[in-house]
Amino acid sequence: MNNSQRHISVFTGGGECFTPMGISLSENVEGIKKGESGIHLHSDSNLAETEFQGAIIYKTVLDKEFSQIAYQGEFTTLEKMLLVTIHRLLPTFQTKLNKRCGLILSTTKGNIESLENDSSVSYYLQDLAQKIAATIGIQSPPIVLSNACVSGIMAISVAKRLIQAGTYDHFLVIGGDLFSRFVFSGFQAFQAVSSQPCKPYDKNRDGITLGEAAAVMFISKEQKNFAHPYEIVGDGSVNDANHISGPSRTGEGLYQSIQSALIEANIDASLIDCISSHGTATMYNDEMEAQAFNRSNLQETPVTSLKPCFGHTLGAAGLLETVISLRFADENLVPPNFNFQEHGLTLPLNVNMHLLPKETNYILKTASGFGGSNTAVIFKKVK
Amino acid sequence: MEHQITQYCRIRNQQIHLNGKEIFHGEQTEFLDFIKAAYKEFTGDYPKFYKMDPLCKLSLVMGSLMLDNIGESLDSNTALLLSNKSSCIDIDREHQKNIDEDGIAGARPGNFVYTLPNIALGEISIKYSLRSENSFFIFDHFNPSFMIDYARIMIDLGKCTSVLGGWLEVNGNSYDGFMFLIEPKEGLALTEENLLNLYD
Repeated sequence: MNNSQRHISVFTGGGECFTPMGISLSENVEGIKKGESGIHLHSDSNLAETEFQGAIIYKTVLDKEFSQIAYQGEFTTLEKMLLVTIHRLLPTFQTKLNKRCGLILSTTKGNIESLENDSSVSYYLQDLAQKIAATIGIQSPPIVLSNACVSGIMAISVAKRLIQAGTYDHFLVIGGDLFSRFVFSGFQAFQAVSSQPCKPYDKNRDGITLGEAAAVMFISKEQKNFAHPYEIVGDGSVNDANHISGPSRTGEGLYQSIQSALIEANIDASLIDCISSHGTATMYNDEMEAQAFNRSNLQETPVTSLKPCFGHTLGAAGLLETVISLRFADENLVPPNFNFQEHGLTLPLNVNMHLLPKETNYILKTASGFGGSNTAVIFKKVK
Repeated sequence: MEHQITQYCRIRNQQIHLNGKEIFHGEQTEFLDFIKAAYKEFTGDYPKFYKMDPLCKLSLVMGSLMLDNIGESLDSNTALLLSNKSSCIDIDREHQKNIDEDGIAGARPGNFVYTLPNIALGEISIKYSLRSENSFFIFDHFNPSFMIDYARIMIDLGKCTSVLGGWLEVNGNSYDGFMFLIEPKEGLALTEENLLNLYD
């Protein structure tokens, strides 16, 4: 590595999000502190033939928010979610929208309703990204990352790396996915959907709950852009090379991703103060994470899955959960992992059941997904 | 040792070129017939191929051509960096058609698992036991400047020692495949111009 790259530090700070729990990051954080969840029982024949648990945005709430920002044109639900969220973060990056500011969109299915009959919406993920870029005035060609359930956290890693490559000074990272019939039916076919709100790491966990959300983060090589800066000190995305729809039994890819991030951050695992995990509440995912965290010597570190609050929000998940976790870390708090009653893993894990006051300097965020993908990113609080 | 382009493969217009030489010219005008013929000619002995969606079929055949060609000297720390325009549109259409016709009961796990473009990375990772960095990007066109930037920074950060890059576009019978290997060995200079020339 040459010295110029070694010395490019990359920072982030407060992001924003729009979820069924709240229209802003503050509203979401307050909701979690009160023990609320965005997951409810729904009955919607457009999405499923029977009642189901899910975290679904109220479109009237979205439209009301969207009507307050003056963007002209026709927009899909997902585009409105993204634009409302980006708009809320605008004061952070408004003066940075030059050619040196990139945009990266993390999504798995984008405007997936485009495949339904009579839809005039474009299927292509670049079209979605370009529409958002043009609407908010991004001057560089957008990058789209579509890497299953790790996309949201991997997008942060990609942005950080491209700033270190010297190609950009700043990045707007946005992520979003919808609760769609397309995805819901697929997970049901896999028999991976729980009939109850999901219970990560619990003995009685029996699958995922799906959700929808948008999240946004600004990333920059200038620390002064942030009131509560965090340095992105290490990252890794290593494939399991094991199975396309099931995680490695030994957590190999996740373990190696965590090691890659630790080595780059040049810290021992004992310095990690909390983990914002993937925690989908499938039998295999949660067990695999326990294996990887134990192998990394992180079994004592407080772990939180935010899936019981938001459901699994696919391409938004890693970004949304990062934005939430960093806001809690601002206040030296670790958010709670709801719906956890009885330890249901073959190995120990410090699942954080309650809002935990703890001095938080290093935060590890992980995700794992279909295709054997895994990502780990370490954030360091700047004092 | 400087990183250079050491191997490349091109699939389009019913032809396959490996390192500039035509190695296959199929009669088949349908993509699925063509890629099956190519699989039988070069890959074979990997029956999982038949279960895959069109994007993964293209990815597997191209990846195999490239990596089999290296044989024993395959670097286990080869990152996979793939991209396309149409994501996994063919299998997405099929899954949508199934649920339009038969509701949730029409959804098939064997299809659904392929409705993510990054599965094309996973299939190569599995076949060659590559526990390495991997990411899938979507652009309008093959984007050599991004590919070089991202490959170089992964190498500079010590995340990998080689990179298998590619553009794998499949949309019905329209297909366009390009893969290239970047290694710390003698080859072609890693420049946008060289990548574009190999692609054109």
